[in-house]
Amino acid sequence: MKRLYSILVENRSGVLAKVSGLFARRCFNIDSLAVGTTDDPDISCITVVSSGDKGTLEQIEKQLNKKINVIKIKTFAEEESISRELMLVKVRYTAKTRRDIMEICEILDAKIVDMSKNQMMIQICDTPEKSQLLLQMLNGVAITEVARCGTLALPKCGLSD
Amino acid sequence: MIGADAVVKCLEKEGVTTLFGYPGVAICPFFNSILNTKIESILVRSEQNAAHAASGYARVSGKAGVCVATSGPGATNLITGIATAYADSIPLICITGQVDSNLLGSDVFQEADITGAAESFVKYSYLVKDVSDIPRIMKEAFHIAQTGRKGPVLIDIPIDIQNKTIQNFRYPESVNLRTYKPTVKGHAVQLKKVSKELGRAKKPLICAGGGVILSGAQKELCDFSHKYKIPVVSTMMGISAMSSSDPLYYGMIGNNGRSCANKAMQESDLLIVIGARIADRAVSSPDLVAKDTVLIHIDVDPAEIGKNVGPTIPIVGDIKHIFNDLAKDTVQCNFKIWTDTLDRYRNAEKPRKKPHKGYVDPALFVTTLSNRLNDRAVYVADVGQNQMWSCMYYVAKSGRFLTSGGMGTMGYSIPAAIGAKMADKRLQVVAVCGDGSFQMSMNELATMAENKTDVKVIVFNNGYLGLVREYQHNTYNKKYSMVDLGSYPDLSKIAEAYSMPYLRLSDNKDMEKAIDDLLATKGSAIMECIIDPMDTVK
Repeated sequence: MKRLYSILVENRSGVLAKVSGLFARRCFNIDSLAVGTTDDPDISCITVVSSGDKGTLEQIEKQLNKKINVIKIKTFAEEESISRELMLVKVRYTAKTRRDIMEICEILDAKIVDMSKNQMMIQICDTPEKSQLLLQMLNGVAITEVARCGTLALPKCGLSD
Repeated sequence: MIGADAVVKCLEKEGVTTLFGYPGVAICPFFNSILNTKIESILVRSEQNAAHAASGYARVSGKAGVCVATSGPGATNLITGIATAYADSIPLICITGQVDSNLLGSDVFQEADITGAAESFVKYSYLVKDVSDIPRIMKEAFHIAQTGRKGPVLIDIPIDIQNKTIQNFRYPESVNLRTYKPTVKGHAVQLKKVSKELGRAKKPLICAGGGVILSGAQKELCDFSHKYKIPVVSTMMGISAMSSSDPLYYGMIGNNGRSCANKAMQESDLLIVIGARIADRAVSSPDLVAKDTVLIHIDVDPAEIGKNVGPTIPIVGDIKHIFNDLAKDTVQCNFKIWTDTLDRYRNAEKPRKKPHKGYVDPALFVTTLSNRLNDRAVYVADVGQNQMWSCMYYVAKSGRFLTSGGMGTMGYSIPAAIGAKMADKRLQVVAVCGDGSFQMSMNELATMAENKTDVKVIVFNNGYLGLVREYQHNTYNKKYSMVDLGSYPDLSKIAEAYSMPYLRLSDNKDMEKAIDDLLATKGSAIMECIIDPMDTVK
């Protein structure tokens, strides 16, 4: 079972280590992790996607709540949230493959953000599944580098009314 | 006023009268400032024992124990002591010196990232980077250590911060931690359910853990149990929460617990677990308990509830508060048939097999010793076979039984006994250890001798690391490895080296007199009991 945790923490040095260390120590999975400040510069938001059985997912929330620097935890299932991740993919192209790549990008709503004589960089900002699909579609061409950020998520608007 | 003075001032404001420590350059400003106060600083012989002593102190005084060490190896030596306290939820304030803050991270002499290294064993930790933060940090540290689920808090202070001048020292009256507000009162709706279940139950049972003692709710537990005549069992940490002579108390549960207590756990239809985490050692397969039993789990730490066993009714809050709230309700119930059954189980228990002639029976010894101790005496058990014997045969009156339950740290008893004695010098204190655990902290005999700390040390000497030997005996078909301690050291000479009276017991028939002689000794003393090397726990 997958679950998303949106963890509001005090924006201080060492807090991320305390939170990620907790996952490591108690053998909780981190499928992805992203951190950034919120509208309040004193508060950061750590978004973690984790998976496990019901008991584990509940323990994660309880153990996180025990951390002194953790202010609030919102947790939700994938379908209750809008989640996005950013991925940059560098591919090697030839005159023969260029058109194909551009078409894939167009279909999947990805953007070409940089290019040279034989390489181009593609940016996608979408759900993790979409990013994965892009990688699959580009499988035929030579991918040289991939950088991918953790998932960001917020509960759907209707849920927080 | 410099940072070090401020730290000492804060300790005074918190009412600290005793601390345990070991110096080094990085903590010297602090130990210089402590000279100007009435706080008694006890120099131990290794940092780990400073933490254990602070733990013993905390458990008897009910306040956070304070231990202080230097940077690098001093700080890392503290870790086992910190982890031991963390596992048993003992409030500690651990202060460590650190290298100059400008040099942090550059691997200079005696630098260790102690806040990082101790992260998983502390309730919280601070690395002080600004001298003006000291009063706030100290106030918060004591608050965090002593409230909610108690535990150790580490404060790491670079030497330059200790030496820096602090302007306008003011100790805060209150703490302002928006992220930390432990639940004290139990939820009213949940509490109502307890009464409802009690009215319905036929075979209720209370399982009391260390949380009962940490919350100071021993009396409330007894009152609640007596009101409805509900039988009580305890975990290892819950020993001494209820007197052994109480007819409703059926002893410790677990692999090494009493069979009547374990049977009660299995057969009960309403299990009220209070301040216990139901770990593997107490209940071999937690699933068994929860199958058809209504399980009420009361704990101050919400994360403990449902961690090992899924409860039917979870209640989060301070145990004393919860008992007081439960006492307001009254339900009609009668559990006589159930307690009669348990009494039958208790009476049917077979006595332990007698050891060979020429050796002391440790079970008989523990019973005889604890019977002869003062009512309020502190009994500190170490780890190993001696701990099992102590847990099973200790006779609880109104005193305290201390041991390292969660972590099982060998060498705990002597330093913890020193701390316990320092917390209340009127109390009779005994440390019971094996020859293995004795040798892990016998350096503290010097601390006892120097400070004239009256602790009676009892060593069960069987020449083996007995509990591991027993495990190898059963698991590896008598192939022993790394467990033979041989016959050194000569304990009579150790006692002589520290100018302590030495008593030796090798026969059960001399036991009572020997124990009386030991307890009548003025000041500390060592008693060696010769135990059959092949003696087993059960």
